[in-house]
Amino acid sequence: MYPKELRYSTEHEWAKVEGKRVRVGITKFAAEKLTDVVFVDLPQKGVKVGYMQPFGVIESVKAVSDLYSPISGTVVDVNTKLVDAPEVVNTDPYGEGWMILVQPEDSKELDKLMTADQYATMIGESGS
Amino acid sequence: MTARRKGVEVERRVQHKYVPATDAEREEMLRAIGVGSVEALFADIPEAVRLDRPLALPPALSDPELIAQLRALAQVNLDCDRATSFLGAGAYDHYVPSVVWHLAGRGEFLTAYTPYQAELMQGELQACYEYQSMLCELTGMDVANASMYDGASATAEAAVMAKDLTKRPEVLVSTAVHPEYRQVTRTYVAPLGVQVTDVPYRNGVTDLNAVEAALSERTAAVIIQHPNFFGSLEDARALADLAHRAGALLICAIAEPLSLGILKPPGAWGADIVAGEGQPLGNNLNFGGPYLGMLATRMEFVRRIPGRLVGATVDTEGRRGFVLTLQTREQHIRREKASSNICTNEALLALAAAIYMATLGKQGLQRVAELNLRKAAYAKDAIGSIRGFEIAFDAPTFHEFVVRTPLEPDELNRRLLQHNILGGASLGRWYPELRDAWLLCVTEQRTREEIDRLVEVLEGIR
Repeated sequence: MYPKELRYSTEHEWAKVEGKRVRVGITKFAAEKLTDVVFVDLPQKGVKVGYMQPFGVIESVKAVSDLYSPISGTVVDVNTKLVDAPEVVNTDPYGEGWMILVQPEDSKELDKLMTADQYATMIGESGS
Repeated sequence: MTARRKGVEVERRVQHKYVPATDAEREEMLRAIGVGSVEALFADIPEAVRLDRPLALPPALSDPELIAQLRALAQVNLDCDRATSFLGAGAYDHYVPSVVWHLAGRGEFLTAYTPYQAELMQGELQACYEYQSMLCELTGMDVANASMYDGASATAEAAVMAKDLTKRPEVLVSTAVHPEYRQVTRTYVAPLGVQVTDVPYRNGVTDLNAVEAALSERTAAVIIQHPNFFGSLEDARALADLAHRAGALLICAIAEPLSLGILKPPGAWGADIVAGEGQPLGNNLNFGGPYLGMLATRMEFVRRIPGRLVGATVDTEGRRGFVLTLQTREQHIRREKASSNICTNEALLALAAAIYMATLGKQGLQRVAELNLRKAAYAKDAIGSIRGFEIAFDAPTFHEFVVRTPLEPDELNRRLLQHNILGGASLGRWYPELRDAWLLCVTEQRTREEIDRLVEVLEGIR
């Protein structure tokens, strides 16, 4: 459910270090709680995002929520496929359902995020 | 205390036909909540601010007396049925076919509440959907909402949309936009941190050079009115191009949607958001309100549209139906992050507009627009050739135009009123440099005889 190599925020986003960049999406737990995702509003490339500041909006048939960036930096890529296929967030939250790729300003922020076990504990599930 | 008790006694003695509770029922309610008297319910209000005597109201009138009194009061007002009106400036005297309010006045529509329960309110929802669809055709836009308060607030909401869409902090507003639309826009957007910058007009139209100079990467939108407040046609496409080149949106405010019977729809020349006033479409002048705010935009901006939106769908058996849609934009779901804090619409007036548009049809709208254009052109020519009167601006006009007058426009209006003519708007009220300028409007309601009569009286005044 919660890959070990990812880091997790209290707002249910995941961060994945890819070389010098960080890929961001939402967790399977969040996607399941939202139910069917119908719309994802993402920023433009080049926009600055702040640590735990809203970078977009996700909307399901049940709710609408802000998306928070687990890292500050510059958005260098955006998953534009989600515009036409937002349901991918439900089917593949850690893969095709990614949202933004960030060039971090301060990689130390990653240390403030949770490990998979810590995240599982936070949402009341047992680890791995 | 005695006086107050007397007040209560008076109240009890008079059985009010519109307050159905009987004395016995009042006693029962007081017993149920354990309070001795109605008086005791007010115990928390300090003595000092309480009325210690009965209300000084005259005895109730009988129904016939009441109607007679209201009729006498109404007679004190002057309205467009009794005076010949050449007044426009954002509120337009058009003929409303009787079918419009015959249908819109039906109880099912007149008393309908917000259609949250789609299964019970298909009629209301379908009416809104049809209004939206016709507004899209009229404006050349992809999507229209189910209406807002009025033209001024719709323009302000469009400015908020532009700020959210572009994430830029300034809007440029032409001073040829209705002064009250500009005021309302400032009131709406200032607390949101949006700066409203006026751009001057020149010879009755928005100054293109001034717009170009004022545009920057801070500009969220350029707001123009077309036809503008002076009745003049703007170089709309050029203004849209300027805005787009700077990465800003073009908001077109429309005070007179009937002009679209003859003008190119804003969607065809590059407007991104159309905001405006729907009163001229089948709604009476209503002493200035309630009015009908129109808002339409491109599909790519639909998630930032303010207010109620009705969509078409199919039910479980595949039958067509209508529902409120994209409600996650709205305040009852999205709270402080909603696209707007509007939680209502002008459904009844939108319905009247839909019936009006359907009644006239495409050709009818064209024909009414042409009548307005021609009658106004006739009046403009005639008034422009009276000595001492001069047409103020060169730009082409629809059904309003500005005249420089030899007398203060207010004085002119006073004199015209003696001839039972309602004159134009005095522009000095909003524009200090236009103290001798008078904004006249000629709709299809005015006959040639009435226009000739106006000209005759003006010739006599000089």
